Parts: sequence; C-alpha cells; structure tokens
Amino acid sequence: MPSIELKNISNFVCRDINLKVENRELLVLLGPIGAGKTTLLNIIAGLIDYEGSVLFDGAKVDSTPAHERKVGYLFQNLLLFPHLNVESNIAYGLIARKVPPEERRKRIKQLLGFLGLESISHRYPANLSGGEKQRVALARALAPSPNIMLLDEPFSNLDYKTNKYLRMEIRRIQKELKITTIYVTHDQLEAEEMADRIAVIHEGGLEQVGLAEEIFFNPRSEAVSDFIGKPNILQCDSYRILGGGLVEVGCGGVSIVVPHHGNQVKKIAIFPKDIYVSVDAPPGPDLNRFRAVITDIITSGSLIKLKLELGENTLTSELPRDIFESLGLKSGMEVFLILKFRWIRVC
Amino acid sequence: MKKFNYSRVIWGILPVAVFLLLWEVLVRLDLIPGNFFFPSFSEVIRQFYRLTVSGILLENFLKSLIRVLIGFTAGSIAGLLVGVLMGWNQLMHRSFQPILSLLYPIPALGWLPILMLWLGIGEILPIAIIFICSFFPVLYNTLTGIRGVDKNLIKVAQTLGAGRMRLLATVVLPLALPNIFTGLRLEAGMAWRVIIAAEMVAIPTGIGALMMKAESLLRMDIIIVCLMVLAVMCFSFERLFIYLERKFTGKWRI
Repeated sequence: MPSIELKNISNFVCRDINLKVENRELLVLLGPIGAGKTTLLNIIAGLIDYEGSVLFDGAKVDSTPAHERKVGYLFQNLLLFPHLNVESNIAYGLIARKVPPEERRKRIKQLLGFLGLESISHRYPANLSGGEKQRVALARALAPSPNIMLLDEPFSNLDYKTNKYLRMEIRRIQKELKITTIYVTHDQLEAEEMADRIAVIHEGGLEQVGLAEEIFFNPRSEAVSDFIGKPNILQCDSYRILGGGLVEVGCGGVSIVVPHHGNQVKKIAIFPKDIYVSVDAPPGPDLNRFRAVITDIITSGSLIKLKLELGENTLTSELPRDIFESLGLKSGMEVFLILKFRWIRVC
Repeated sequence: MKKFNYSRVIWGILPVAVFLLLWEVLVRLDLIPGNFFFPSFSEVIRQFYRLTVSGILLENFLKSLIRVLIGFTAGSIAGLLVGVLMGWNQLMHRSFQPILSLLYPIPALGWLPILMLWLGIGEILPIAIIFICSFFPVLYNTLTGIRGVDKNLIKVAQTLGAGRMRLLATVVLPLALPNIFTGLRLEAGMAWRVIIAAEMVAIPTGIGALMMKAESLLRMDIIIVCLMVLAVMCFSFERLFIYLERKFTGKWRI
C-alpha cells in the first residue's frame, strides 16, 4: 500500500500543508469543526482543486482524476446511493472498476459476511438503521480494495457504544488489510484510541504531527494547546507499581494514582475539566483526593478557571459559572480536589 | 400478499355514480331549465354507442391518439436529451438556460398561429403543437432533476471509480427520475387538452374537430361524448405515468 505525501498544499481553506503518511500507517487528522479536515481529504481524493502536490508512493497524482486515484472514501454524511439496495451499493465500485462478475460476487459475499450484512443485503438505504448504513458505507468503500482509505468522522452520528465498536472494527480491518489510512475526527479520545500518529489541523494549517503523547504533553503551539484543552502537565519524580493496572506517582510532593500501561511514568497530563472541586470533604476512598488552595479566579466566558496550589504544583481547574457561584468559591479558600484517575494521561 | 382495498374502490366509484344518477334524474324530471341543451346521461350513452358503431368516434379518436402519441413521444425524448445535455454540461446550461427561461412560459397554443403559417394546416401541425407542449416541461423537469442530485453522491461515485458517463447513467439519471416522471405525468394529460384545443381551432379532423361540428349542429350529446373520451384519456395517461413512476422509483423512495 502506498504512502501519502502532501507538498505545499494550499487552496481556499488549506494553507501550505506538508505532511507524509507512511505506508500502512493510520494517521488521525484532529482539529476543531471548520479547521479544513474534510477539505484536505477531498484534496487527497482529487475531488477539489488545489495548489501544490499530492504524491502516492512518491508519484505525483495531481493530474489523475478522482475516479482513477483508487482511494476508498468513507464520507461523514450517510451517502449511500438511495436507489440501490445494500448489495448493489457495495457492488458499485467493483462494477465501475470492471471487476469480473465471478470475482465480484465472491467479494460482495465476503464483505456482507465480514460486516454482518447478509440478512439485509436486499434492503434499500431508506430502510436501514444508522449503524447498518455506516457498515454498508464501509463495505462499499472497502469493496474495490483501495490502496488508501480516507475516513471523515464516519461514526460521529452514532451512539457511543456503536461508534466505539465500529472504530475498533476499522482499526482491525486497517491492520489486517494493511491499508494506509487517514481518519478525521474532532474528538481527542477517539484520536488517541485510533492513531499511529496524530496531525493537528487548525484554521487550514497543520499545527503539529506526532504521537499522541507528543501532542498532549508537548503541544507545540497555543492553538494545539487550546484545542486539546490546555492540560496541566506534572513531572513525576517517583514511581510505585500498585498492580491491577495502577501506579502511584509522586509529582511535586503529591502522590497520585494513575493508569499503568507497563512503561515508566515520567509525566502526567490532567485536563482542567477533569478536576472536581468541592468545599466539603468528598465521600469515598482517599484516592486522588487532595486539599488545595485557590490562588486565582479567572472568568472565561461561561466558564470559570481556578488556579489551585497543590503541593509544589499549580493546577488549573475549570467549572461552569453557575456551579462556581453555588459553591461560593473565593480566592485564598481551601478546597477539596478529586482527580478523575481514568482521565489522567500518562507519558 | 397485498390486501385488496375495497373501501378505496368504493370511494373512487360511489361519488361518480351518485353524480351520474343525479344528472339522469334531474334531466328526466325537467328540473334543469332549458334542458334542450342538456341531454340525460342515458341519452349521452346511447349517442356514444351510435357513434362507436358508425365508426365516427373511433376514426376521430384514432386521429387524435396518433397525433398525441407521436408528438408526445418525440417531444419527451427531445426534452429528455436536451435536459440531460443542459443538466450535465455547464457550457450547454449557460448557453441555453436564458433561451429556455424565455420560451418555457409561452403556452403551447401560443405557438399555433406561427406554426400555421410555417407548416400549413395538415397532419404535421397538431404533432408539432404536441411536441412543443411536451418538449419544454420535460426538458425543464429533467434539467431540475439532474441539477438537484446531491453533489456529494457524485463525489462518492467518483471515488468508487465512476467516470462521467457511468456517473450519469448509474447515479444522476436514476436519481433524477422522480422529477422526470413528474414532467411526463403532467404533460401526458396536458397533451390531450392541447390537441383538443388545436383541433377545435385549426384542424378539421380528430375529437376536437368532431366537437366543433357537433356544436354547429347543436348536438350537445355528441359534445359530451367527446368530453368524456377526453377525460378518460387524460386520466388514463396520467395514471400510466404514475404506475411507471412507482415501478421505477417506488422501491427506494420513502
């Protein structure tokens, strides 16, 4: 499967984008709504005009029309052909690419079975559920065995459980078929779960490309830091495995329990929204519960940001204005904190 | 198995039966003033039988039918082809859209005086009128249908390997079918209305001409027979296209 290279890509949305997606890699294109993610996918697929060069496996494809680029594209909206049933939707790309009938039938049967669509193969899109439509769209995109897959927030309209299941399916299929893939999302958690590497795009420009840890622990620009939610990054000076997938780390005189993935923990990232603030001592086990002092209060639209002194660390927490007012918080006040340990990222 | 809907059939027939019965009763009881010009329904049916047996009705009906079939088929095919060209080719659209906008609102019968001078009074004249009557609406509906196809579906087909011709044949035209059928359905009935009007004004044969002859002889019964033939033909043609539309698009349209 080919690598994808973008050289000085610009158009009405994108600004001078340079990016290389390695062979068999799954790169997540992460950014807020309107950042230019879909536009970049459309450029790679050859669906819109652009300046600069797109290379597949080192060969320029700028003059290759969309229908000859052999790119599988799973669109964000449910764009099944309404006049074709499930089987004909899946067959569309195979017929267009002139796959012989016998081979075509085998491929359709294989995909129907693979994605659990046999029982609905003769239904029309109007009679399918959201999850079924997404699976049909995925089968249709995979049918012509594309060299490259582009996935544009394909499961954003689905409930969390179906979304997660289908994402894991995509990851499995991508690894199995070794397809070079770009997956677009605005959801950080989704990006972290799916990606080999993450590319953060903001206002049409590429801000940072790297592993998930690099993005979360070393955001290279204010835009990236802003988008990922300006996490509190704490350096860890001690480390003790507790077992059960947990580890206790010492950060600036405070012991914090965090998820353990087997590696030594050097830094942890806690997002401001994942710090609970309470005036009264919270009930429950004394785990990741601390006393801290409010050193500053910053109003930011409908959110209130609290600067908190915890040991030698200064943390930022954020909470909605109405909750802030109901708690009656003031600068200099001592409060209780709960750090939601499942949401603490480790590096 | 589809259940037979008796209630629908009854409600389709009953109001018509009541209307015909009232007509018959009111005329027979002399309740309509000046009923010299208003024959009873049974008298109309008797006249229908006489005209059919004598062959006059069939002869005139066939003349009208052939004119409608030739004009409507030719006009629809031409409208469809030009509509596809204009809908699918931006240059064609830009070049012909302003002309279409000017010509489309002209009623088909508005062309009659020009066509009488250009073509003379003969068999070609009613066919030309029906051609125009069908051409513009079918063209307009085809154009609207093609240009209304979701551009994202076209992008999907492109990424799946479809070139322009395949795209047109397998995505654009099938999705434009509901619009095309709307044009055909409306114009199938309209063609009959126009042919009758044209025959009444300018052509000496056909159902319209038969009506005008009956009018000069004060034969109200013959006029009503002609009107009933016209109503049945308009209705049948429209139903035919509703049936075809359901057959071709009913499976996938909600």
